[in-house]
Amino acid sequence: MKYLDEFRDPEMAATLLEGIRRRSTRQIRIMEFCGTHTVSIFKHGIRQLLPPTIEMLSGPGCPICVTANADLDWAIALASDTELIVTTFGDMLRVPGSRSSLERAKAAGADVRIVYSTLDAVQIARDNPDRPVVFLGIGFETTSPTVAVSILQAREQDITNYYVLSLHKLTPPATKAILDSGESRLDGIIGPGHVTTVIGSRAWEFLPQQYGVSCVIAGFEPLDILQGIYTLVKRIEGGEPQVDNVYGRSVRAEGNEVALEYMNVVFEECAAEWRGIGEIPASGLKLNSEFRPFDARERFQVDPGATEEPAGCLCGDVIRGVAIPPDCPLYRVVCTPHHPVGPCMVSGEGTCAAYYLYTAGE
Amino acid sequence: MERILLAHGSGGKLSHELVRDLFLPQFPAPTLARLDDAAVVQATAHTIGAELPEGSGPCRIAFTTDSYVVKPLFFNGGDIGRLAVCGTVNDLAMVGASPRYLSAGFVLEEGLDLDTLRRVVASMRTSANEAGVEIVAGDTKVVEKGGADQLFINTAGVGLVPDGIDISASNAQPGDVVILSGALGDHGIAVLSEREGLSFRTRLASDVAPLNHLVAAMLRASSDIHVLRDPTRGGLATALNEISLQSGVAITMEESRLPVHEAVRAACEMLGYDPLYIANEGKLVAIVARDAAEKVLETMQRDPHGQEATFIGEVKTQPEGKVLLRTRVGGTRIVDMLVGEMLPRIC
Repeated sequence: MKYLDEFRDPEMAATLLEGIRRRSTRQIRIMEFCGTHTVSIFKHGIRQLLPPTIEMLSGPGCPICVTANADLDWAIALASDTELIVTTFGDMLRVPGSRSSLERAKAAGADVRIVYSTLDAVQIARDNPDRPVVFLGIGFETTSPTVAVSILQAREQDITNYYVLSLHKLTPPATKAILDSGESRLDGIIGPGHVTTVIGSRAWEFLPQQYGVSCVIAGFEPLDILQGIYTLVKRIEGGEPQVDNVYGRSVRAEGNEVALEYMNVVFEECAAEWRGIGEIPASGLKLNSEFRPFDARERFQVDPGATEEPAGCLCGDVIRGVAIPPDCPLYRVVCTPHHPVGPCMVSGEGTCAAYYLYTAGE
Repeated sequence: MERILLAHGSGGKLSHELVRDLFLPQFPAPTLARLDDAAVVQATAHTIGAELPEGSGPCRIAFTTDSYVVKPLFFNGGDIGRLAVCGTVNDLAMVGASPRYLSAGFVLEEGLDLDTLRRVVASMRTSANEAGVEIVAGDTKVVEKGGADQLFINTAGVGLVPDGIDISASNAQPGDVVILSGALGDHGIAVLSEREGLSFRTRLASDVAPLNHLVAAMLRASSDIHVLRDPTRGGLATALNEISLQSGVAITMEESRLPVHEAVRAACEMLGYDPLYIANEGKLVAIVARDAAEKVLETMQRDPHGQEATFIGEVKTQPEGKVLLRTRVGGTRIVDMLVGEMLPRIC
């Protein structure tokens, strides 16, 4: 298939791997921020092809994984009100909160519907004018513009029963928080390709400038990732940190101005709670005052009860790249994709699920 | 409270656990415990408690049942009626049986358009003729509106297993070769593309078809066919995992050898699905002794339902109970059973 096979070519992969092996002389640590990168790396068996000098760490780039339990509990409690229709992207369904999950709430009678587009959620609101319809807004800068568009569309069409629970998060502040903690001692970062398509590669200039860490924006096919690693190895070995963009077919320095504008119109930055990291200032998006009538937090009062974290679960450490799934006492023993304890085991982009599904358990 | 989740019906891990933990302890028949697509029971004067005519040897009967709840009822390439006939015929064929008789039970929702039912039943007749089976028993129930979604069908089937045939998911042996009869995922993606809320257009047709003639040809070509499975719900990945567990072997596949049609690949890339987990209704995977593999493959390729048949991998001893995939770029990874329902990615 054109545009895909050319990025999975075995000979090109061998050439890039040879280049990586030749250039990599010292021990380095590279974090892929994005969960989609993590899964691609595991799915294509890339880690085991790299020389032992390169240690790959998985970062916090799985929106579901970083959603705080308190926020999840709020969404689940909201869904339990059967007058409401809760719409969500599919991955959220099985994530366990303190005591339940949306999937369990659905089995117990909650009207939870999976949508593939935010505009489908608006359509459900249009089709059910007597019932409030809430969309669970989870995701990074890739998702938030589409949620902004859904709100603008609802306003334009006088749909007054559509609400958004905005749990959107911003990726650069989280990357800063990880580097500020000093825990993971990174030499280079593979920046999120989809997010950077929206925010632009310029948004990552702080990495070399303030932290002396190189960053490469890469696509998600095996050759994209190998080229990204090769570029990082060259930069790190050369001692001159920089932001490189090897995903030019999607990413521009200035990003997608239209998408950014939609975000600016509807949202404003706010402090946000990240699982495993804690509260990070200006790392979330909430609806600004003009769009408050669409804000589910403003419209609904629910009591989610006290937040409980699952005992022993290391998802927080895994998200920060300071632990790997096999370090966790629950991993594979009680926590599996069909009986997940933490979110990293549920999400299609979670690090624990990637380890579980694609490695033999080491 | 523990409740049934949709994922319990996905054919993946939760379905497997439901059968293992809830049904099997109550239904301890050793024939059921083999977890093959159909049960093979010995019909002798002793087991059926009757006198058989003089001179008749023991006869093995394959028996299976399946229920069909597909939505929408009609999709490109098939409908619930064709599925109900082919699914049960194929389950019988997967133990090497020659399918003979089917029963059909209908659960109808009050208000169902009679023309819809007529079309479904006509399609069942056509499919039964194609497979060479007779529908010899039936039942109809009507439930009040909302008690079912339009139309559900259950079919049960009986077939005869020729002498000398022993095909079971427990029979894979190290050194065997894995053959797939054609491209992956056509049925799942064809149905998915017609679901509400997921409107992408594709000309892809479901592969739903009776495979008993293909299997009969394969068995004529060689008696060294150890395992047959039709990778329906849960896809090829789940079918191979079941085989590797039941046979206590490892199965390795080459990603570059897996046939997947362009439309399925495109839909999977778009929705974040893996063709290894998408349902097929007219494909089979065969595990065959190495010496017989070439002959079986050629036979399959001459059959209309096996034209795209190809070798995809082999059976090894270690790691026991696991399925491995060698990726295009040269890495190796585990292929697990389907977990939960297939859900799309969110970013």
